[in-house]
Amino acid sequence: MLSEFALYSDRLFMAAVCVYVLAMVLHGAEYAVQRSAKAVLVGAGGPALDAEPDEPRPGVPATRSRSERFGRMGVALVVLGAVLQAASIVTRGLAAQRWPLGNMYEFTSAICLAAIVAWLVVLRRSPASRPVGLFVLLPVVILLFLGGTVLYAPAAPVMPALQSYWLVVHVTTVSIASGLLMVPGVASLLFLLRRSGRLGGLADKLPSADALDRLAYRITIVAFPLYTFAIMAGAIWAEAAWGRFWGWDPKETVAFVAWVIYAAYLHARATAGWRNGPAAWVNVAGFAAVIFNLFFINMVVSGLHSYAGLG
Amino acid sequence: MAASTELATRPPEKGDSRPTNGRLAILRNAWRALTSMRTALILLFLLALAALPGALLPQRSLNQQLVDQYFTDHPTIAPLLSHLGFFDVFAAPWFAAIYLLLMVSLVGCVLPRTIEHAKGLRAAPVATPRNLARLPHHATATLDVPPEEAAERVRGRLRGWRKTETETENGTGRTISAEKGYLREVGNLLFHLSLIGLLVGFAAGKLYGYEGQVIVMSGGGQFCNTGILGYDSFQAGLRVDGTKLTPFCVQVNNFDATYEPDGQPESYRAALGYQTAEDLQTGRVNQWRPYELAVNHPLRLDGSRVYLLGNGYAPQFTVTFPNGQQRTGEIQWKPVDQGTMLSEGATKFEPPGVTNEQQRRSSQLAITGLLAPTSSRGTVVTSVFPALDDPEVAIDVYRGDLGLDDGRGQSIFEVDQGQIDSGQLKRVERTNLVPGQSVTLDDGTSVRFDSVQKWVSLQVSHDPGQDAVLVFAVLMLVGLGLSLSIRRRRFWARLIPTADGTRTVVEIGGLARTDRAGYGEEFDRIRVALLGSPHGADSSGADSSGVDSSGVDSSGVDSSGVDSRGEDLPGGDSGRDTSHSDSSPGDNSGADGSVTAAKDG
Repeated sequence: MLSEFALYSDRLFMAAVCVYVLAMVLHGAEYAVQRSAKAVLVGAGGPALDAEPDEPRPGVPATRSRSERFGRMGVALVVLGAVLQAASIVTRGLAAQRWPLGNMYEFTSAICLAAIVAWLVVLRRSPASRPVGLFVLLPVVILLFLGGTVLYAPAAPVMPALQSYWLVVHVTTVSIASGLLMVPGVASLLFLLRRSGRLGGLADKLPSADALDRLAYRITIVAFPLYTFAIMAGAIWAEAAWGRFWGWDPKETVAFVAWVIYAAYLHARATAGWRNGPAAWVNVAGFAAVIFNLFFINMVVSGLHSYAGLG
Repeated sequence: MAASTELATRPPEKGDSRPTNGRLAILRNAWRALTSMRTALILLFLLALAALPGALLPQRSLNQQLVDQYFTDHPTIAPLLSHLGFFDVFAAPWFAAIYLLLMVSLVGCVLPRTIEHAKGLRAAPVATPRNLARLPHHATATLDVPPEEAAERVRGRLRGWRKTETETENGTGRTISAEKGYLREVGNLLFHLSLIGLLVGFAAGKLYGYEGQVIVMSGGGQFCNTGILGYDSFQAGLRVDGTKLTPFCVQVNNFDATYEPDGQPESYRAALGYQTAEDLQTGRVNQWRPYELAVNHPLRLDGSRVYLLGNGYAPQFTVTFPNGQQRTGEIQWKPVDQGTMLSEGATKFEPPGVTNEQQRRSSQLAITGLLAPTSSRGTVVTSVFPALDDPEVAIDVYRGDLGLDDGRGQSIFEVDQGQIDSGQLKRVERTNLVPGQSVTLDDGTSVRFDSVQKWVSLQVSHDPGQDAVLVFAVLMLVGLGLSLSIRRRRFWARLIPTADGTRTVVEIGGLARTDRAGYGEEFDRIRVALLGSPHGADSSGADSSGVDSSGVDSSGVDSSGVDSRGEDLPGGDSGRDTSHSDSSPGDNSGADGSVTAAKDG
């Protein structure tokens, strides 16, 4: 029975990844369709084209462009993928008979799900930012691919040090916060790319630089307190498990570094001359630190947090 | 900074006040520079950067072996890095310099702001700007009620806001100024003040705390926290000299480890008895209070905590000397493979009853080798499972001078290789034994492998600062939540009666004092409640869309530049001059600076 759950979990995981990839393709089509339409307009200037505006205006849903239809299908698939992935995580927990956050594979999966859910919430409140979806899915799919291949570990119990309810508190919050922070990381990166003008035609479809910037800030101010709480919960757990609440273990140190970078981001947002470009760079650096902490520290540096489940 | 400190310590020259003023100005400017937001930002970046080598390079405080390995691998650069403190990052002077400067900068910012905010809490909301239409949120409508009723309506809607009312200049109407969200700055200050408290608690722990590790045999082994000598290793805080430790005793009655079939540990549990300081004082030394010590489940006693850190095996050997005398040795061997608990060590014996120094030194015995808790039973002993199911030892027996008397410290886990190399210690036997088996040496001495005992590694931690750290951490979190979730915003209404006095022209305006505040939606709700129509008769362009369609705040506060001076959490919300805010040098307009800007801008 338990091994069946493990099998279901793995299958659901694969299905979720496939659905996300498909969603990415559709989001890509959202851009491609629009650009080809433009090209035709410019090139031949003649053939009968749908006289649809390139920028679909909110409140005028009657005339949906092909581009928008692709985008909407993409979003629908993202929702499906999130459901499949959530089911994968739940069955993983049933298979291992513990909280499903015991190794790098499970942790990566949870982070990606948190990012996707955060993204869907953003999308619900602000449908106009839908084209950003492609760029949210990209890191998610890469992470999930790595999770399913390099980091994969079969469902199994965890070592005594991890048998604590603080695992639920600490690892859950840290993965949700990391997942949330992925969205601002992407948004700030797009903001910078957009401002630099390197996106070319893609930029037309994206929300304005200002909107991207605000999107990044809004999620960061939700994720940052959560991340702070997660670090504190980790410290409380460390006090019970390792004999001290803070010991500059490599993982703790980089978590501290990431926390300081995000603190700097919030301060930069309130400092003249730092508000836009530099602040966005700081936000990107913050997410880089989170990812660095997730992979490099667990896989390369040895420390107390080295229970990635990697043989 | 150095220059200004020097100036500060020099006594002012008498009679001439101008240079003193000049110096004061330099001092003041240096202080302002240190407490400015830009400096704080740079210090934050430096702090992040300086902490990184602590994660990337091996640290002495965490793992001395890895540092030694680094020295072997990088013989040229390691001494330089060591000299610069890169293997002790968190004790390095440059790291301390960064966080101390950051603390000074923080205090220099937060204290004035606390005073400022305390004053602001008592002050009335700022007067209504002359031209409300210039504010980012604005609407006008004529209501079919007399001014008194309109004013009552506004007051009712602004319940919970801090309000003040004044007559308009020409005396025909009245204005209501309101402000809300003072808790944002309270949260901001609470966060930063708690951060200082947390660091003080952290420092107290580093000064007055200690950690000690000790290995205790299962099956009745005891340990008492009476002094440093009882420990195998001890890390004292800077103000701890090892006296005045809180006395308590523990006795390890039994240790039990369970494993999954694949050898993965499932649980570690040590059945303890303990005696508190009070028990010891009152002489109840024969009673042991029971406790089950486990990973994640430390024993907490009088401000000290006892942790179960590790475990291992100790083989017991009995040596029967040719003269019939027996000596039994049982000392911990260390696990070399955590997966199978294959252990290695050295059990050392002195020949009994030998008074001749020379003879004694030539007949010391050492049993070294490997212990497999579950043996593979091959000729080469390996362990296949970590539990003590089928133990076997593969031992070398050495005889000669163990080198115990030359004054140098010696590892308890091995014999001195130098003694072997110099021929003073000779191997006289190599064999595999299971419990009960024995081997007879060339001189008739018999070595018997009796049994295996378990040992546990305990850690005693004492940190007098950690409760304070927890309290301040919780306060920080509360402050952070308040300062990031609450919006500071202002609202004004001007009520002018129409000529006949039966109707009232109501003009309202709103200004968010915080970055990306999302005030637009709330303002719209107020407008609908007060002025009725979902799209105000003359609503301003900035928020005419009504509900914020983009989901993110499009109130235009930022783009309009109205309230662009130090408004968010880490910044000043009042654009004050010295604090962590970024006001331009001439901006001393104080609490209503942003409003002035609104009127001018």
